[in-house]
Amino acid sequence: MTTLRAGWIITQRELAHWVREPWGPIFNLLFSVMLLLVFGFLFGGAIDIPGGGDYITFLLPGMMALSMMFGVESTATAMANDARKGITDRFRSMPIGSGSVALGRVGADMTNSAVELLVLIVGGLLIGWRITSDPGSAVLAVLLLLLLRFAVLWIGIFLGLTFRGEGATTAVQVLVWPIGFLSTAIVSAETMPAWLGALAAWNPLSATATAARQLFGNPTGITEGVLADHAVLLAIGWPLLLVAVFAPLSARAYRRLRG
Amino acid sequence: MNTLVAEGLRKRYGDLHALDGFDLHIPPGVIHGLLGPNGAGKTTVVKALTTLIDVDGGTATVAGFDVRTQSAQVRRRIGLIGQNAAVDEVLGGRQNLVMFGRLYGLGKAAARERADELLDTFGLTDAADRAVSTYSGGMRRRLDIAAGLILTPAVLFLDEPTTGLDPRARNEVWATVRETAARGTTVLLTTQYLDEADQLASEISVMNHGKIIANGTPEALKRQVGGDRVTVTIGQRDDLHHVAGRLAEAVGEPAVTDDDTRGVTFELPAGVTAVSGVVRALDDLGVTPEDLLLRRPTLDEVFLTLTEKEPAR
Repeated sequence: MTTLRAGWIITQRELAHWVREPWGPIFNLLFSVMLLLVFGFLFGGAIDIPGGGDYITFLLPGMMALSMMFGVESTATAMANDARKGITDRFRSMPIGSGSVALGRVGADMTNSAVELLVLIVGGLLIGWRITSDPGSAVLAVLLLLLLRFAVLWIGIFLGLTFRGEGATTAVQVLVWPIGFLSTAIVSAETMPAWLGALAAWNPLSATATAARQLFGNPTGITEGVLADHAVLLAIGWPLLLVAVFAPLSARAYRRLRG
Repeated sequence: MNTLVAEGLRKRYGDLHALDGFDLHIPPGVIHGLLGPNGAGKTTVVKALTTLIDVDGGTATVAGFDVRTQSAQVRRRIGLIGQNAAVDEVLGGRQNLVMFGRLYGLGKAAARERADELLDTFGLTDAADRAVSTYSGGMRRRLDIAAGLILTPAVLFLDEPTTGLDPRARNEVWATVRETAARGTTVLLTTQYLDEADQLASEISVMNHGKIIANGTPEALKRQVGGDRVTVTIGQRDDLHHVAGRLAEAVGEPAVTDDDTRGVTFELPAGVTAVSGVVRALDDLGVTPEDLLLRRPTLDEVFLTLTEKEPAR
């Protein structure tokens, strides 16, 4: 049994979950849409974008990046649940490659997030968001968003394998909010106090959000600085760095199950 | 040749010696009970023998393959039933078995065929397409065991399979384990329920503090703790200790009294014939017992005797 084939079978397990219990994923998607509407229409009127531009078109790429980052939660939860219920041990007692479990998770979560991205794109287009760049750039923007999801996937696998209690899951669910908001996903860093803005600009989430804005041809809310000049490069570099750190940590955590 | 051999297994978690020179030899086709209290190291044994953890020392082979150096071959020949029913609760029973079957390397059609066979064997055909979350505890456990039998393993490991189950579900699991062994699979079953080992296993190992402290058939183990017991149940609680004292004098053996059941128990080394002594003593005292029971020692008594012999740590 190749690791790839085993990974695909474990991915299919997740896809089968959607068919049997569609309401979980549907509410997840509705939650993304709700956040979009809350920020777009409830808070949006009060938010100015430095450099000008419409808030909805500014917001959409940010919401996409935010929802990719929030994926860390579902990855960590799924890993922790399987470990707690003994399903991970069952997989480990089977004649499959040691990378199969992680690969299955990657397949399932990337598919999940691709659907989420699609819903946000369609929802955005419905409320007035527009792509004003060329198709090539737009595709690159989508790929960068998925790259961020791929990076936080490894954080999720690491956290899920390392902290298996239900309390840890809740901690992840709470912590993603300040990390998510301390970025340029929802508001421009230039409207924050200087030190906070600097911190937000260095958030990997900000790199992806800004790069996506540039590539979709949307207002970025950033007029100067490293982020404004090198957003795409940062949106490639940050996720790769995260993978370089957390993929080995995940592998180590998986080996450590061997006590 | 033994299907399962463990020699001198050692495993440390910090200061805790979870396995401290653990030895075990199991011939093919039997149900072997591994008995021990919580924390004795039973789960560590199962994890070491199913290739889930690395041991610090010692050797072990399962179906002739070394668990350390030939883990892939071992994994193709074992089924692991852990303390939790490790099945996907969202999926149906059939979906679970097909998924695990395909992970074991079966093609789609073969995996479906095997799933149907197992569902039939385990009486789950009617519930095959329902989500496992709707199953009873016993059904869930049966599905769990079925998933461990997909490749008809040489050895099935069951780690406390009836913990948390009601008596009916427990009986279902016991029947399943017996059928599995009858089809030729060697079973290693850990349990802290003494009657479970007594009911199922033909050979029992008692472990404590990471090593085996006694080995043998249930009967042999019971013999090791002494002869038959006779328990006299007294009608009046107030009389209990008075009667117990007088009986002990007459029989010449120390009495163990139980206030809750109003029982007085003697060990009778001379066997059944000594019962007449007890009956005569009751007659002399003018006491008519509510009940008089002659029995072999229970494994509870075996266990207590064996662990009391263990030096305290």
